[in-house]
Parts: sequence; C-alpha cells; structure tokens
Amino acid sequence: MEIKIQTPLEEETVNRLKAGDYIYISGTIYTARDAAHKRMFEAMGKGENPPLDLKNNIIYYLGPSPAKEGQVIGSAGPTTSSRMDKYTPLLLDNGLKGMIGKGKRSESVIESMKKNKAVYFAAVGGAGALLSKCIQSSEVIAYDDLGTEAIRKLEVENLPVIVVIDKEGNNLYETAVEEFKK
Amino acid sequence: MRTIHTDTIINNIKEMCIEANLHLAKDVVGAIAHAKDTEESQLGKKILGQLQENMDIAASESIPICQDTGMAVVFMQIGQDVHIEGQNLEDAINEGIRQGYVEGYLRKSVVKDPLERENTKDNTPGIIHYEIVPGENITITVAPKGFGSENMSRVCMLKPADGIEGVKEAVLETVRLAGPNACPPIVVGVGIGGTFEKCAILAKKALTRDLNQSSSTPYVAELEKELLEKINQLGYGPAGLGGRNTALGVNIETYPTHIAGLPVAINICCHVNRHVMRTI
Ligand code: SF4
Repeated sequence: MEIKIQTPLEEETVNRLKAGDYIYISGTIYTARDAAHKRMFEAMGKGENPPLDLKNNIIYYLGPSPAKEGQVIGSAGPTTSSRMDKYTPLLLDNGLKGMIGKGKRSESVIESMKKNKAVYFAAVGGAGALLSKCIQSSEVIAYDDLGTEAIRKLEVENLPVIVVIDKEGNNLYETAVEEFKK
Repeated sequence: MRTIHTDTIINNIKEMCIEANLHLAKDVVGAIAHAKDTEESQLGKKILGQLQENMDIAASESIPICQDTGMAVVFMQIGQDVHIEGQNLEDAINEGIRQGYVEGYLRKSVVKDPLERENTKDNTPGIIHYEIVPGENITITVAPKGFGSENMSRVCMLKPADGIEGVKEAVLETVRLAGPNACPPIVVGVGIGGTFEKCAILAKKALTRDLNQSSSTPYVAELEKELLEKINQLGYGPAGLGGRNTALGVNIETYPTHIAGLPVAINICCHVNRHVMRTI
C-alpha cells in the first residue's frame, strides 16, 4: 500500500504502518550515523540531554556528500543500520519513533521497537542522488566537528521509503525473501 | 624508456575519482537494465527503476551516485620501461585522490587511525596496489569502494579437501550473511588461491573486470555462471526486499597456491561498482 505521512510520527500513524507499505515522508527528520550515535549515547549515559528532541521523531542514518554551491545537500542515501544497533534501544526508550536506513536490525532493536511502538524504514541504498531531490533544506544542529557525521535537521518532501519492520515486529526482509527463494 | 611526469598521474587520478563517482561503467549500467527487465518482484522492478533514475540525476546534475563515495582503491600497472619524473609516486597518487575528492565534492570517509578515528578530511590515503608489467605505459584503475558492502566481505582459508563445493558454499554463505546490508543487486568478486593476502587482492581485482567478460579458464567461467544462478535463487532481490536479482555478476580470479591450502576471498560490492581504467 502507498501511504503519505507527515512527521512527527504520532501513534495513530505508527499504528497504520505495516511491513511492506510504500511510504512518502514529509516534514522534519534528523540525520545521525555512527559517530553521532556514539556521542549521543555517551552523553545520555551521563544524564545529559541528546542534542535533538527524540520524541516522535525520525532519525535518518545518513552521512551526505558535500553540497555544491546552490545545492541543499549532496548525495543523500542511507547507510547500514546494524552499526547503530548498539545505541538504538536507548534512543527508542527516549521517544524515538522511526529510523530510516538499510539492512538488518538486531533482535534487541526489534524487541525495543515492539515495546516502544516504533517503525524501521528502508530507503534504497545507492540511490543518493535521487533521494537528495526530496530534501528541501538541511541545517547542522549539533556535532559540527563530525563533518559528514554531524547531526542535521532536514525538511523533506515525499521521501520514498519502505516499511521493513513495523511496530508488531513483522519483518519484510524475512517474509519477502521467503517468497522468492527457490 | 619513456618519461611520465607525476603531474600527469595526479591529473588523471583526480579526474578518474570524480568520473567513477558520477558515472557507472557501461557493463554495470547494462546489467542493471537487464535486471529490471527480468525482475519478477514488482517492488524490485520499481527499485531498479529508481537506480536508473538515480544514475541519470547523478550524471546530469553531477551529484555522486551514492553518498558513500568510497575509499579510493588504485591499481597501478607500471611498465618497466617507464621512468617516473617529478615527486614521490605514492604522494602523487594521494594528491590525485585529494584533489578529486575535494574538487569533486565527494565525501571524505577516511579516518587516520582505525581506533582513534579522526577524519583525514581529504579522503587520503588511498589503497594502492602496484604491479610492474612489460612496456612503457602506466595503466591506472581507480575503484572507489563503499564500505556497506566491503564490511560484508570475507576471507576463508579452506582446506584442499573442501574443493570446489567448499568454494561454492563459502561464496553462498557470504552472500547470505550480507543479505540486504550490501545494497543488492551486488557484484561478487572472488579470489581463489595464492596466500591469505593474495586471494583478497584477487577478489578486489575481480570486481574491476567487465561483467560481460567471463574468466578465460573454462571451468572458472562455468563456476561464475553457476554461482550467479545460485545466488539469484536466494531470493534477496533488489535492496534485499525480495526478488530474483540479488547479484548482477560473479567474477572469479584464480592463482597458484600451496599444497596445504585453498584460500578463498569473497569481496562483495554493491550495484555502485565503480571502476575507471586509463592507460597513459
Ligand atoms: S554499499 Fe554501495 S550503494 Fe550501498 S551505501 Fe555503500 S557505496 Fe552506496
């Protein structure tokens, strides 16, 4: 099913999303990848607030290529999500509702997603030029020193993603592969 | 004896880094088109269509095909009758990479130390492989390598008794473990034989070979074909979301090895299998 959704991700939106749905996301989302996750995780471990409001928000696992003069952002596709698995349950416990990346998630992330009613979306890996066209604005809001790995606030319009794991823990990576296995 | 100045090498490498990240080679473009024609999954077809659209945008607007513009792998085949003039060759190659990544607005993805992890901010150093060959030319291959797929690669030190079946299982198991992580449809480079490090370099080199060109050794060409079929029966499909096209090709390189060993390296590359070759 094709569904257009708006961020922040309210609970009733999450309830509608099923593994396999094709989604167009519009609104504000945030980027963070390896180094930003590590830093947020360590700060939160010390009782500090993360540099973005996690509640009902979506993190896109993205480290873009640099923007040229006149461009909003460079190439902007997803990176492999499993490297964030170690840090993810803590973010979900603190209100994170959605993640956009590519590839498998660990059991503990899936358990935490079910507990916290969150969704995992895949964007198509290696389609960064195409995906960049859906990004209307980009602003570094934290960890500027991390370069491509800084946390960015993005305004997106109709960013195409697929629900891979829904809040019940249904996993498209497993079901779809079964269907085509010979 | 022919003299080649390092400025020529710098310039070529700079241009090749940029070109590789904006345009895929014809063989890969053709393989993606073929995958789209044959894909049975509707979602898979749609994804392959997006990859084609992505390549068009990359070319027309000079936006890298993928944001992971890779670590620059450079193969240098240096004719033994060439005299290199100018600066230190290794510095020149890295200067070419630096200029390409900075001037081409490519992502700087290299950290100076594997554990301290401070970004070098210019994507250097590259990974450079030298080979001395007959003649008075230098053939340069630049192959920027993304790490989503690099991380899913493996070296397996098999036993001679494992034989060809052991090799097949090692390749299939690596593809299974990679699943959706390596941005399928993937290209699989396999190195068989040599030593621990030799087979890994062979696997990397295999990724730079044209997908339409099979191995010149008949049984190896058969093995390439069989493995491609078997991989495409695994069901992962485009983006790992199900389908018939999990791999675009399997390229295998072999080398003599020791009586006690059967090293096999499997280097997984995503569909953004970048390689540009020039002879100067
Ligand atoms: S694996 Fe390839 S296509 Fe996927 S993000 Fe990395 S470089 Fe891009």
